Amino acid sequence: MPSYVEPAKCDGCKGGDKTACMYICPNDLMVLNVETMLAYNQEPDACWECYSCVKICPQGAIFVRGYDDFVPMGGQVHPMRSSDSIMWTVKFRNGNLKRFKFPIRTTAEGAANAYGAEKGANLDDECLLLEADLPTPK
Amino acid sequence: MALPNKPKGELLADVNPEVVEMDVDVLIVGGGMAACGTAFEIKKWAPEDLKILLVDKASVERSGAVAQGLSAINTYIGENPIEDYVKMVRNDLMGVVREDLIYDCGRHVDESVKLFEEWGLPIWKKDADGENIDGAKPAKSLREGGTPVRTGKWQIMINGESYKPIVAEPALTALGADNVLERLFIVKLLLDKNKPNQIAGAAGFSTRENKVVVIRCKTAMVACGGAVNIFRPRSTGEGKGRAWYPVWNAGSTYTMCAQVGATLTMMENRITPSRFKDGYVPVGAWFLLFKAKVANGLGEFYAMGDAATEELAKFMPYGGSPVTPTCLRNHLMINELKEGRGPIYMATDVALNAFLDERRDAGMDEKKLKKFWKHLESEAWEDFLDMSVGQAGLWAGTNTEPEKVGSEIMPTEPYMLGSHSGCCGIWCSGPEEDWVPDVQNDSRAHKYKWGYNRMTTVDGLFTSGDGVGASGHKFSSGSHAEGRICAKQMVKFCRDNPDFTPELKQTAQELADEIYAPVRLYSEFVGESTAADVNPNYCKPAGLMMRLMKATDEYGGGVATYYMTSGKLLNMCLDLLQLLREDAAKMAAGDLHELLRCWENYHRIWCVETHIRHIEFREESRYPGFYYRSDFPNVDDENWKCFVNSTFDPETQEWKCEKVEVINLVETDPWL
Repeated sequence: MPSYVEPAKCDGCKGGDKTACMYICPNDLMVLNVETMLAYNQEPDACWECYSCVKICPQGAIFVRGYDDFVPMGGQVHPMRSSDSIMWTVKFRNGNLKRFKFPIRTTAEGAANAYGAEKGANLDDECLLLEADLPTPK
Repeated sequence: MALPNKPKGELLADVNPEVVEMDVDVLIVGGGMAACGTAFEIKKWAPEDLKILLVDKASVERSGAVAQGLSAINTYIGENPIEDYVKMVRNDLMGVVREDLIYDCGRHVDESVKLFEEWGLPIWKKDADGENIDGAKPAKSLREGGTPVRTGKWQIMINGESYKPIVAEPALTALGADNVLERLFIVKLLLDKNKPNQIAGAAGFSTRENKVVVIRCKTAMVACGGAVNIFRPRSTGEGKGRAWYPVWNAGSTYTMCAQVGATLTMMENRITPSRFKDGYVPVGAWFLLFKAKVANGLGEFYAMGDAATEELAKFMPYGGSPVTPTCLRNHLMINELKEGRGPIYMATDVALNAFLDERRDAGMDEKKLKKFWKHLESEAWEDFLDMSVGQAGLWAGTNTEPEKVGSEIMPTEPYMLGSHSGCCGIWCSGPEEDWVPDVQNDSRAHKYKWGYNRMTTVDGLFTSGDGVGASGHKFSSGSHAEGRICAKQMVKFCRDNPDFTPELKQTAQELADEIYAPVRLYSEFVGESTAADVNPNYCKPAGLMMRLMKATDEYGGGVATYYMTSGKLLNMCLDLLQLLREDAAKMAAGDLHELLRCWENYHRIWCVETHIRHIEFREESRYPGFYYRSDFPNVDDENWKCFVNSTFDPETQEWKCEKVEVINLVETDPWL
């Protein structure tokens, strides 16, 4: 189900040297054409449909069209992701709509505790941070 | 106008890339769950002056197998004895596993899960009435004794769309932005010039600018996932990207470690999981959470009949377990398909309506029932939307409503991995503790421990997650825990080897020439035909990948033959792979994206070769349902209840395959 970009919405991330979709795609698919300042998916048959680009695009310009070798046309699944939840709209080929909202995170972005000040105790045992008294097989 | 041919991508490759050299103490290659575990943990043990660098070919925020999200954490020990976890993994993987590594993973994994929740991952809980509540509702945390929603014995449900960004964040914070290089694809590990069998560095290139990077290090942890698109997939057009495992896993972990002499284990193992057809969403939640059953084309629940029990009895003790091993579940399904009793359907409609009937029978009124249904429907769709959105897209495109009609399921093409219910990978040392067997043998390929937990047979080279062989069922959480184990061990390795200064055998320019060879080939010959992809002097990575997948599918037991192969076919496959390996040197790249694909395919070819070699060496069919050898069709415990380990000698360029003893650490009677 390859992603595609709507030209009317894409602003090439305002001329930055790195667009959001290009930054995030785990498979190096999204690229920016600097002449048109529009992004596109350069290898649709290598798209895992992970939706990372769709979720991150600040303009909401990226959508997904089902893989043409097995998905009939007309349906669409599209998310709106905020900092704590995601809302999915599922449009069926017959026009039916379903909406689902799920939590995605219970802490503020950037608030995950990296335990920066903590130090482990003994480098020569097998205990990791916060662990003590490791069991062994009975 | 046909000429001049133009490179395809936006970032054109230059025949003379910038060459950068770096020196670090610790190198982390990869950015998935395992590498994030290492990045988080290592600063807790490292002295201030230890230089640590993480490199990822993508962005850590969304890289690796969890990039899209997950709807469950499949390994959380909780209230269970760790010994039971070892027994479950041992049985699922047909008896040939490293129990020390599995137990060790089991005693660290819960701590990772508790950290995930603390970092912000919503974990479903049971409320006071025993109903499921989502992970954002107020409830006690796991650390405080909250009750997670168990589906199977080991799995817990999560709202996991942001699982990876949540785990990546503290990893990156701990390491510091200056110590992370993204969009840098490491393609080669490098041995030390002076000290035999010692890792000394790695080399790769940027996919954003024309730059080759050569890194010297004292120790490295390599965790770049498993291998995908190594066999011809069922969807060969656009849908080729909708692989079950992440399509960007190119076997880099196994290939790079094998090439410097790290012993591999159980590379004959593969996984061909049964998944919802085409969309490839996992079936676990439907089986476990919704109690759905699978029916054949005749409407029979074939997996529960006498015939199934009789068939499973051929594979004792493995077939006798309450939860049938993954490969044997596949085996039953393949038998149905081969007999023409397909298609196989997951009865989602029966399962969902059973929940409603149960509530109705218990006297729930229609208004409450409606609310209950909304929640149930939402849970069913979240399973897809959290981790395989494409399946939801397929349902939308085919007007499929799971409460009204079931969905077809199908075993996939083969994948190689070590963290899911598969166990190929690299032979690693277990913990340096008394309970781990001390095998008296000069060769590390036969030993269970040699000083540093999760170190490969190469000094200073560690791996985790999909990289560690013979110890599957760690999944996302266990991979993270294993990465954390490596972190501490690498610090210890640096402390113990203060005088070691890595020195490379090759110059940085020699490495750059090798890495950029496809660019030079393209540049030299692109003008010799009027179509850039059709040229007698070079081949393109896209075509070479199709050639690889055709060879493995037809000769190596892919979907084309219902996973059947034989010694003769395997040797033909090895001959084809030899030619492929030679022609891999003729891959050409006009842009940086294509150069990425060249090196990924080079890794794929090597990786599959180890797989085929191992299947050829093991004269039995250890994993019925994953692959079959027609010449040795049975599970032969008498002769083959052993590891197969293989080692490539970088000096002589020769492979050695050998049998290695399996030692049980957890009681075998009762087996489960």
